[in-house]
Amino acid sequence: MYNFLESLRSAFQSVRAHALRSFLTMLGIVIGVMAVIAVVSLIQGFSKSVTSEFNGLGTNSLTIQSYLPRKDRLAGKIAKVTTDDLLNIQHAVTGISGLSPILPVGRFFIPVKYRNQTTNSQVLGSTPDYAVNNGTYPEKGRFIVPFDDLQHRHVAVIGVTLITKLHLPEDPLGQYIQISGQWFKIVGVLHPKGQILGFDQDNQVIIPYGTAHSLLGAAVVPDIAIQLKVNDTKQMDAVVGRISQILRRNHHLKSGQDDDFKVQTPSQLLGNFTSVMNAITYILGGIVAISLLVGGIGIMNIMLVSVTERTREIGIYKSLGARRSDIMLQFLIEAVILALIGGIIGLLLGYGIGMLVAYLVPAFRDSFVPWWAIVLAFGFSGGVGVIFGITPAAKAAALDPIEALRYE
Amino acid sequence: MSRESLLELQHVSKRYVMGEATLDALKDVNLTIYRNEYVAFIGPSGSGKTTLMNIVGCLDKPSSGSYILNDTPVADLDDNALARIRNREIGFIFQNFNLLGRADALRNVMQPLIYRGIPLSERKHMATETLQNVGLGDRLHHLPNQLSGGQRQRVAIARALVGKPSILLADEPTGNLDSSTGRDVMAMFDNLHKNGHTIIIVTHDQNIANHCRRVVRLMDGQVLSDTDNVAKVGNQEAMRRV
Repeated sequence: MYNFLESLRSAFQSVRAHALRSFLTMLGIVIGVMAVIAVVSLIQGFSKSVTSEFNGLGTNSLTIQSYLPRKDRLAGKIAKVTTDDLLNIQHAVTGISGLSPILPVGRFFIPVKYRNQTTNSQVLGSTPDYAVNNGTYPEKGRFIVPFDDLQHRHVAVIGVTLITKLHLPEDPLGQYIQISGQWFKIVGVLHPKGQILGFDQDNQVIIPYGTAHSLLGAAVVPDIAIQLKVNDTKQMDAVVGRISQILRRNHHLKSGQDDDFKVQTPSQLLGNFTSVMNAITYILGGIVAISLLVGGIGIMNIMLVSVTERTREIGIYKSLGARRSDIMLQFLIEAVILALIGGIIGLLLGYGIGMLVAYLVPAFRDSFVPWWAIVLAFGFSGGVGVIFGITPAAKAAALDPIEALRYE
Repeated sequence: MSRESLLELQHVSKRYVMGEATLDALKDVNLTIYRNEYVAFIGPSGSGKTTLMNIVGCLDKPSSGSYILNDTPVADLDDNALARIRNREIGFIFQNFNLLGRADALRNVMQPLIYRGIPLSERKHMATETLQNVGLGDRLHHLPNQLSGGQRQRVAIARALVGKPSILLADEPTGNLDSSTGRDVMAMFDNLHKNGHTIIIVTHDQNIANHCRRVVRLMDGQVLSDTDNVAKVGNQEAMRRV
């Protein structure tokens, strides 16, 4: 025990005696731990903000979309989820509510005009239930009402981004904007949702579904997405099965053919996201492992040099009665101290970088360093110290005292 | 006067094998040293005196023969047991002092006590006392390179003494000192002998050997002569008084 404390003191003294060399030695560990802490904190923060977005959708909601594998799309096949599908589901499936279609006007973003200002924005046609399904509520004015949809009224609910982009008045209710050559009266402004993955969720215009349909022309059968809520989550699988059955029949799919649509739950969407995040984490983990390995080799190298340099000192210790284990412990502790100091510096730098990025990039604003990452960082750097410290320490312990004392 | 034997070497040989060549550093050495003896191992370089000191000091093991130190046969002990004996029974003093360069005088003297598991406060107390006894009470926190050669050797002597060993083993202790400092150091050994310490000095210098009460002369790995020196020392002291 006294020897342990003394070894600790001696290790710190030796690290301090060669401050620059010690720092360069631990640099590999510093960079490795810094990388892992910064990345983990950012991924954690990002996951957290995305997860909370998905949770906003509710765990009992379903999204139905057309889906074809890439090779079928390239082969010219077309898959659609249509208004007929929607009506069939409405009539044949029980235990669901909030059934609402989403019809994007244009493929991605289309121009929206106000006076002489134009901006590109996502324009969706939907029904009143869209608000409930997506947690999208008006901050000012109102949302789409059933009457708007039935009458194909030219009204629009806009996201806050459009107010600035189109130089709309601060209270834009009653103003007219132009979409696809038609005038829409602004009846509501949505509560801001912020950005996700750099995607502005507030650059959005929602118009009645019927109106959107008529914008595309009555002859066109549009491909829509359908959102709905399952009243009892225990019935989730049964409802998904029933919907699949109806859509397969509607789309005339034979028993051997794959679905040309997807019924997704938020947990599936979240699952996709999580598996991507996990893959990133594993890849980074591998990079960090390599950097810790390099750091460890650096420590071993310097410790071997240090043992040679201090051969005579080791001889003196042995002549004074140090056992092999005393010498071993002293050099091993020195290696571990080097690695751990590197780990601490890396932890602080990584934390600093994580916080800085979180401060600068809103998507990462929830960044935090989980306790397991700290434990892992310390465990790994300590482990590296032990693994790569053993060889030099054993070399020191095995020195012959007479040879060592004679060493110049 | 009945004398208690402290160490006993019987038929001790040491052979070094270097590839094809073999070197017999010690050949059938028989030697008994008693408590409170003041012995010099003297001989030219290559005579085997350093090998003998290494074996007596438990830094090395004889190739054959037996060595009994303080009633313990040590010839066949393992490294850890030898380390323990070095720590408790032997105090080494080297020609080039062999102090720890990064440690101050106090820490140098405390070092052997660490391996004995003595707590810090007691270690500090013992080391301070011993340094005061060698006249370095005001140099406790000086690093070796802030001390003169004589002071360094006194730190080394304090380090050898602090664990109250059975034997002080000094290898050319004045070899790196000027003659007047060397005389001071030898006076210190004389004094330690008077206070009951057993001292072995390895040297090639007859003047140093003259301080000792017994001179073991070595040549080619064998004991050439083993003589009592008391009369001579008496004469010298008489001469000095005159």
